[in-house]
Amino acid sequence: MAELSNQLMALTVLAYLAAMVCYAGEYAFGKRSHVGRAATRQLVGAGAPVPDDVPVVAAPAKPEKPGRGEWSGRIAVIFNVLALALHLATLTTRGIAADRMPWGNMYEYILSATFVGSAVWVGVLLRRPALRHLGLFASLALVVLLGAAGMVAYTPVGPLVPALHSYWFYVHVSTIIISSGVFLIGAVPAAMFLVKNGYDEGKRRFPYTLGKRVPTSAQALERLTFRLHAFAFPLFTFGALIAGPIWAEASWGRYWGWDPKEVWAFISWVVYAAYLHARATPSVKRTVATWIALLGFVTMLMNLFGVNLFFEGLHSYANAG
Amino acid sequence: MTILEERPETAEAPPPRRVNPLWALLRNSWRQLTSMRTALVLLFLLAVAAIPGSYFPQVSVNRERVSQYYTAHPQLAPWVDRFGGFDVFASAWFAAIYLLLFTSLVGCVLPRLREHARALRTVPPEAPKRLERLPQHAPARPGPQQPAETANALARTLRGRLFRTRVRELPGGGFSVSAEKGYLKETGNLLFHFALLSVLIGFGFGHWYGWHGNRILVAGEDQGFCNSITQYDDFALGPRVSAADLSKFCMRMTDFEATYQSTGQPKSFLADVEVKEGSGAYRKANFTVNDPLRLHHANVHLIGQGYALELRYTDRYGVSQNKVVPFLPTDAMQTSEGVAQFPDVNIDPKTNKRDDQLQVGFEGVFLPTGGDDGTAVSKFPAENNPVLYLSAYRGNLGLDVGKSGSVYALDRTQITNGELKKISGDRPQALKPGQSWTLDDGTKLEFVGTRKYATLSIRYDPTQSLLLVGAVLGLVGLMLSLFGHRRRIWFRVSPANDQEAGGSVIEAGGLPRTDYPGFADEFAALTGPATDDGHAEEGTP
Ligand code: HEM
Repeated sequence: MAELSNQLMALTVLAYLAAMVCYAGEYAFGKRSHVGRAATRQLVGAGAPVPDDVPVVAAPAKPEKPGRGEWSGRIAVIFNVLALALHLATLTTRGIAADRMPWGNMYEYILSATFVGSAVWVGVLLRRPALRHLGLFASLALVVLLGAAGMVAYTPVGPLVPALHSYWFYVHVSTIIISSGVFLIGAVPAAMFLVKNGYDEGKRRFPYTLGKRVPTSAQALERLTFRLHAFAFPLFTFGALIAGPIWAEASWGRYWGWDPKEVWAFISWVVYAAYLHARATPSVKRTVATWIALLGFVTMLMNLFGVNLFFEGLHSYANAG
Repeated sequence: MTILEERPETAEAPPPRRVNPLWALLRNSWRQLTSMRTALVLLFLLAVAAIPGSYFPQVSVNRERVSQYYTAHPQLAPWVDRFGGFDVFASAWFAAIYLLLFTSLVGCVLPRLREHARALRTVPPEAPKRLERLPQHAPARPGPQQPAETANALARTLRGRLFRTRVRELPGGGFSVSAEKGYLKETGNLLFHFALLSVLIGFGFGHWYGWHGNRILVAGEDQGFCNSITQYDDFALGPRVSAADLSKFCMRMTDFEATYQSTGQPKSFLADVEVKEGSGAYRKANFTVNDPLRLHHANVHLIGQGYALELRYTDRYGVSQNKVVPFLPTDAMQTSEGVAQFPDVNIDPKTNKRDDQLQVGFEGVFLPTGGDDGTAVSKFPAENNPVLYLSAYRGNLGLDVGKSGSVYALDRTQITNGELKKISGDRPQALKPGQSWTLDDGTKLEFVGTRKYATLSIRYDPTQSLLLVGAVLGLVGLMLSLFGHRRRIWFRVSPANDQEAGGSVIEAGGLPRTDYPGFADEFAALTGPATDDGHAEEGTP
């Protein structure tokens, strides 16, 4: 079973890679965006991770025959969904092999968080097909993270150490995994917003040139960014700053002890809080706020890779390999 | 997207009178400090300031790592220390940042609280004259009923949807309906920020009035202890706690069970103890990892375990001494290291004088499961084939010099300066439980057996539950604040132009007071049925 899981993992990465190539194909051959700033349709409040209000590409006057780019994009979506299914299979077989939830070490943690990110992404995609062009960046992020998980963090299947025998394990880890996954996928529209916005403002240097083929309006990307973050932030607060300390109290005797992992969770939390503040402050530009959100994501990555690999702490799942 | 209505400004426009420059400066600084921008900058500083706390080893986390850092970077370490780098979260500059931030917070939320309390008491204001100027607008439409009935029906619907609603009669027989909703957003936001304050204060109190200590508790009635700081291997009392304040309890461990996977991975631990609190009697209790023993004003956490060895030394005069010495595990298979020191042996009964040259110490490795290969590495953490490898030393153990040496190793300086000599051969002596070993001078060491020990962390934190309440309230406030939307809706119901036919004319306008993408739909839903012709605005702007 463990072996099967490893093979499925390799297939998963390949499928994401294939999706990424096809998304890239759509970028290369696709038409230029029809809409600069689509009229923004605004719907429902920020309650759900999957937004409905992302403006759709203004429908072309006549339905056109799908071109090469279009086909490439459609195939990309198929690969993407396939990859998601393989991803789920990887996690399931891993869980069966270990006879527990697959959240026991860094490898499994990354596998799960990226799965959540990918699932949210596919959810967004199904509701708003017009956002397909974001797929290139979403699948890029997934391939990189999964690749890193496989290369630096791979851990053979094993049982949980007693320190992890607690139902807080499920509460704490699952909420953090979900919020990290959503933060991860939130970083994609954040980056695209900066690109698109830069392009709209007339910047023609490299990453901004990518904005040329982005059909969604900058404003809509920004809104999506906020919605994803607004969903993930309370969840992260709960997972890292409430459930984590409750468990730490039961397990280590103190609810907060500035262990490196705790320090970085605190940093991420403060940075994301700063993002929400910046976004709520009219005098702070939305681009600045979005940069803060991206910085928040960098701190999450730091906590995942940097802290696990370079610092020694109490989190027993943090050992890689 | 802009927020349609700014937060109420903290300070009102200053009254036009002579201003004392000092006062002006103070007031300006205060205004600066309590602005959102400053809060933003301070939040960032806080995040940046925390980074060294993860980079440098922290005294509060692991004191030993700090000493290692001193050894590894003798030049740099004193400088790091000077800037509080080994205790970042208790350093003055870290405190400066969060105190500023919290002052800013207080200065920011108090006026907002006042403002919000006022807003909660005021009725929704009268409709603006020109509803068509509002972000949402439903143009005038005819309604079949009389203005009063229509207005009341509208008000009922709005109240049903939890809008705070006010109907006013207008000159000329019309009515206006003003409605507002979403006060919970600001309530939640304030709740969140006050919860933050309470968490900080609770954190501080917990630090002042809490204490904790660590100790190793070996199984056996003779090894029990009563709570007092002398009983701890290391301890820390909050600044407002004195040794006499520690809660009174005594505890002894009757049994410790550890089970393992076949790979040697631990599966479960369970400590069986007897505790007595205050002047009560001993009662049985047990606890495990993740499930501490909760006493009054102290919690006992199981944070580690290992083997203690019971050794008996019989000296030249036939006097025996028993010692139970915990050995420290060095790997996951419980290969354990430690020492047994006998300073008060070989005392001549005639002179009753202790001879410094005749003290005895043993140093060695214990393997719960020794292999056949003769290496000093345990194969399994449980006792399948326990074996102890010992070296014996005689001479001055160096215990009386007044310095606090390790209880897990012999004093190296005594060995290098020749005061303490190894009297066993190059290869350590292997001993199984029950076996004894006769040394060169005829004295004897017996390996009586092993006992389990538990490493305990004993803590008291008076504000812990309070903090939890604060954090949960904060989360609730945060969600209300993030997902709530403040908005106003107005209807103006005028008598129909054609007085004969009766009926009314209804016009509506809406104002989202915070960034609220779903408002257009809500407005459409509210104004649609109300106008009775099934559709409000075509599409959305
Ligand atoms: C410890 C420091 C602070 C933290 C961690 C923090 C955190 C947060 C968070 C997470 C939010 C998001 C809720 C939302 O968007 O509605 C928020 C909102 C807000 N905070 Fe803070 N805050 C802090 C200090 C301050 C200070 C010092 C001020 C005043 C200058 C302030 C004023 C506000 C305001 C006005 C909002 C509402 C924004 C909105 O309308 O959405 N906060 N805060």
